[in-house]
Amino acid sequence: MLIKKPDDIKSSEITDRKLYLTRRNFMRGVALAATTTATALVYRQFGVPAPPPVKGEKIEGVQTAEQASSFPPPPGEARTSYEEITNYNNFYEFSTGKTEVAGAARGFVTRPWTVEVGGMVAKPRVFDLDDLLKIAPLEERVYRMRCVERWSMVIPWVGFPLAKLLAQVEPLGSAKYVAFQTLLDPKRMPNQRSDVLEWPYVEGLRLDEAMHPLTILASGLYGETLPPQNGAPLRLVVPWKYGYKGIKSIVKITLTDQQPKTTWNISAPREYGFYSNVNPKVHHPRWSQAKERRIGEFGLRDTLPFNGYAEEVAQLYAGMDLRVNY
Amino acid sequence: MFAPDIKFTRFVLFMNGLVPAALLAWDAYHHKLGANPIEFATRATGVLTLVFLFVTLAITPLRKLTGANWMVKLRRQVGLYAFFYGCLHLLTYVWFDKFFGAREIAEDVWARPFITVGMASFLVLVPLAATSTSGMIKRLGGKRWAKLHKLTYVAAVGGVIHFYLGVKADTTTPILFAVVLALLLGYRWVSSRMDATATKSATLGIQTPPR
Repeated sequence: MLIKKPDDIKSSEITDRKLYLTRRNFMRGVALAATTTATALVYRQFGVPAPPPVKGEKIEGVQTAEQASSFPPPPGEARTSYEEITNYNNFYEFSTGKTEVAGAARGFVTRPWTVEVGGMVAKPRVFDLDDLLKIAPLEERVYRMRCVERWSMVIPWVGFPLAKLLAQVEPLGSAKYVAFQTLLDPKRMPNQRSDVLEWPYVEGLRLDEAMHPLTILASGLYGETLPPQNGAPLRLVVPWKYGYKGIKSIVKITLTDQQPKTTWNISAPREYGFYSNVNPKVHHPRWSQAKERRIGEFGLRDTLPFNGYAEEVAQLYAGMDLRVNY
Repeated sequence: MFAPDIKFTRFVLFMNGLVPAALLAWDAYHHKLGANPIEFATRATGVLTLVFLFVTLAITPLRKLTGANWMVKLRRQVGLYAFFYGCLHLLTYVWFDKFFGAREIAEDVWARPFITVGMASFLVLVPLAATSTSGMIKRLGGKRWAKLHKLTYVAAVGGVIHFYLGVKADTTTPILFAVVLALLLGYRWVSSRMDATATKSATLGIQTPPR
């Protein structure tokens, strides 16, 4: 190997000091820019995806809450925006990331769709969805929705009382509970391939809870058909209970004399009971339920007993210890 | 052996560590954190704390495996970033979740293991950050300082448990973190066992074949 002694190097070969420093600074600039860009790109992988466009179809002939002057009046609280309602969802069949459900559920096909209503009833029947939605006039119901995770929204649903559907099938005197089941189809609901919960998702109500006029089956929100991420084409809404009781994409409703199994209770019985009534005094083992963050607000609100519907529903639980029956 | 200009490398590291905080602030300002920005910020700063803790724990194995001893000179800065993001994470909880309500915080720490473990893991980081200066290393003495800083393991394990306890049903990410941590700590266990065997053989005059 030839090693040049200093005096062998011609002065013309020596890089000019100024040029050397310029080059060095240039390389350093490149290194800095390249690494920070890479870091930024990696960070971006874990960010909130941009909301995909959602387009529901307008539902004709819906009585607005004001027009219907029906029970209950809309709460005097601002409605949560459509974009927030449709881009912050717990729907584990599509994704466990609340901001990712909207994207994962895009293109979910909801026609044809049937709902089987049976069990302890005089007239069991399989309803085609479009027939089912004609059982009763659709009306707007503006309800508070309190998630067990301590956030809440105010949502203008479109739907009709579950009681109207149950009347069609004539529950037997022996029926005490109503069990609900979500569609099971891993091809259309890809996260059903994971074992994060037991599939299909199941929920249940006591018959008197199911017959309560506040309990509705919803097929729309903000006057349009439900987008997939909110439980299309048909979901349950029970406003005085935590959000997960509102089972989505229902295919089966069964009347029974046994207390139905419920998905979250199977997953973590100590944390999620059958009743799951909103209760600021009964805490989740891992967080307090005394307060909630209304989506779109900075501060916290006090959580109300039965989510503010105590006047309407508290008598359903008269004499029950709500700490035991959480 | 390649050894970069450590001053410049530290500067690059410093800028890179700021990137997530800057983007988080940028996104917050432009309402790009989704419907529940506070929840997002809490989760992001928590995960970043663990990421930086893991990077500090990765330096020793990387240094030994590659022989790039200069890496150790970057460790303090990475550790301080872990502390920085830990502070932000705690702040999102103390401010946006509890609005500085001391009684509510105390109640949470007392009654909820999820919070207890998280708070304990943060508190463990405080003496480590406080003794991170060269002056403190001298005052404590290298050996005692090194012993104290083994608390990093405690903070990392506690942090991962806290993460695991915080999720509702999908434990995929916390378990992934636990696996990485097990590798980082497992490496140390294995290498210390091998060192012990080598020392024992040497004192007994047994020749160990070259590894």
